[in-house]
Amino acid sequence: MRAYIIRRLLLIIPTLLLVTLITFFLVRLVPGDMIDAIYALDPTCEIDRPTLEHQLGLDAPAIVQYGRWLGVAPQVDGSFDGVFQGNLGKSWYRQVSVNRLVADAWPTSVELGLLALIISQLIALPVGIYSALRQDTWGDFIARSLAILCISIPGFWLATMVIVMPSIWWGYMRSLTFIRFIENPLGNLELFIIPAVIMGMEMAGGTMRYTRTMMLEVLRQDYIRTAWAKGLRERVVTLRHALKNALIPIVTVIGFQVPVIIGGTVIIENIFMLPGMGRLTFNAVMGRDHPIVMGTMFLFSVFLMLANLIVDLTYAYLDPRIRYK
Amino acid sequence: MTNSSSERVAERKKHSPLVSFLIRLVREKPLGTFGLVITLSLLIVGIFADFIAPYGMNEVWVGDYLGKPSAQFWFGTDNVGRDVLTRIIYGARISMIVGLGSAFCGMITSTFIGVVSGYIGGKFDLIVQRFVDAWMCLPGLIVLMLVMNGLGRGILPLIIAMGVFGSIGGSRVKRSAVIAIKENVYVQAAVAIGCSRTRILLRHILPNIMGVIIIGFTMGVPGFIMGEAGLSFLGFGIPPPAPSWGGMLSGSGRTYMFQAPWMALWPGVALAIVVYGVNMFGDAVRDILDPRLRGGVGRYGVRRLKK
Repeated sequence: MRAYIIRRLLLIIPTLLLVTLITFFLVRLVPGDMIDAIYALDPTCEIDRPTLEHQLGLDAPAIVQYGRWLGVAPQVDGSFDGVFQGNLGKSWYRQVSVNRLVADAWPTSVELGLLALIISQLIALPVGIYSALRQDTWGDFIARSLAILCISIPGFWLATMVIVMPSIWWGYMRSLTFIRFIENPLGNLELFIIPAVIMGMEMAGGTMRYTRTMMLEVLRQDYIRTAWAKGLRERVVTLRHALKNALIPIVTVIGFQVPVIIGGTVIIENIFMLPGMGRLTFNAVMGRDHPIVMGTMFLFSVFLMLANLIVDLTYAYLDPRIRYK
Repeated sequence: MTNSSSERVAERKKHSPLVSFLIRLVREKPLGTFGLVITLSLLIVGIFADFIAPYGMNEVWVGDYLGKPSAQFWFGTDNVGRDVLTRIIYGARISMIVGLGSAFCGMITSTFIGVVSGYIGGKFDLIVQRFVDAWMCLPGLIVLMLVMNGLGRGILPLIIAMGVFGSIGGSRVKRSAVIAIKENVYVQAAVAIGCSRTRILLRHILPNIMGVIIIGFTMGVPGFIMGEAGLSFLGFGIPPPAPSWGGMLSGSGRTYMFQAPWMALWPGVALAIVVYGVNMFGDAVRDILDPRLRGGVGRYGVRRLKK
């Protein structure tokens, strides 16, 4: 197990370096001159072009800029201050550090993501298991249709409808101002529950299908046949022999769902005006504020990587066969 | 009558693989068949949109803007007086093109990466896989937004962005399929008789992972249709006058959502039905083609005993 953990941790280093490289050059994919874009976005800007270029470090070659962002090349003022030192840089348009913006935004996204994850598991696991046990019966068809319906209904559309319809029918309007959890826990939950249910539904579909497939695969194993052959009751076979083994791979589902959560936060936070990481990133992409986009993308990737790591380790812990491969 | 079963077997063998696949689909997967019907409807509506749509795509009915659904305009009209039903029908064409186009692009990208990486193996595989790992860690939607920023908005850039950049992760499945297959004796035999690497890949490896490729294709289509809608909704997909379902939900659809809810309602319904159908069809395709799910009812005859 220790060797496995060490190998798994060592693999993170090259992956993380590649992530920073890809992020840096993806963000720079935008055609046209950045300084022109800045002047276009902010016509009142009075700094002349060379000064601005120098201030933002845009006069250096791309590889040096990359090094500066990482913190391995000296900044304009000669200091080493970058991702390695824990500094994600400064917004180009606002006089705020990316660290500050992220610190303000992440609790919202984590709350939304956690709520959505819990809701999705509560829906998905029971229905998925039932669906597998009754494969190709009417119950299975209904459960699977439900699962695919969850996937098929676009979250952004449902979110729009949830905002529009109650206001037309009952004149109900969501509070548009953001309420912090510490100030008013109930009001905060009221704000979060609808977006979380919509995200949870989107995620539940995939989990439900995955649970069903895993259950079906386990049900085809030899030891299940043995259990039936021994004359065990259906409940014992399914609960004690099948479900226990099927639940192990389902742990990975949580790993699969992290990207869904990230994508979901971008769309859902935008519609429901929640000031989280997704909204921050979206606005930064729209406004071409490169340092923010690079910073949030890097953090999303680290988060995803950690989630995958934890899932893999849990998986190895639960299933000894993985460890000895 | 005695040899009727063997006759039936012989009869079944006469069918081409496609026909026998369809027979299995209809017999074993009613939901999959239903999905196929929806998928085919999307194709027909998309291809013949010009004949089915009651009005022109961008035909404006002056004075009839924000019109309620009526006998003349079944789904109502939008904020500039265009028939919503017509735009939904033309939207089917966009969804169809983007869904199939991206899935095709994605199929080629992921198969190429997966097959080459898996077959060559060794250090090359290790390096390629680190890139794939890193790519998979990036938030997909934001990556697509950035790529669209770089390529510009439109149908073709969107197909390339989603097909090429959104399908790199899919190469993993193909890679593991190739790794499992390349140890087979017939591959070694091909190497022994001096087949070129290209020939082995094309004639021996590729046909054997066709199932995985087809599953990847059909399972990919609904995701790409949804992806198009999502990106267009966020303003990174197909730019306005084109009637994209996602685009109709954003912009004017959201601005006028309180006065004209039907503007935002119908594109979502159309999207949900299509994604549902294609998903169901893809599921059935996977169930039929995936060898792991073949055979055994999972209950080992228990159901038969109860009867």
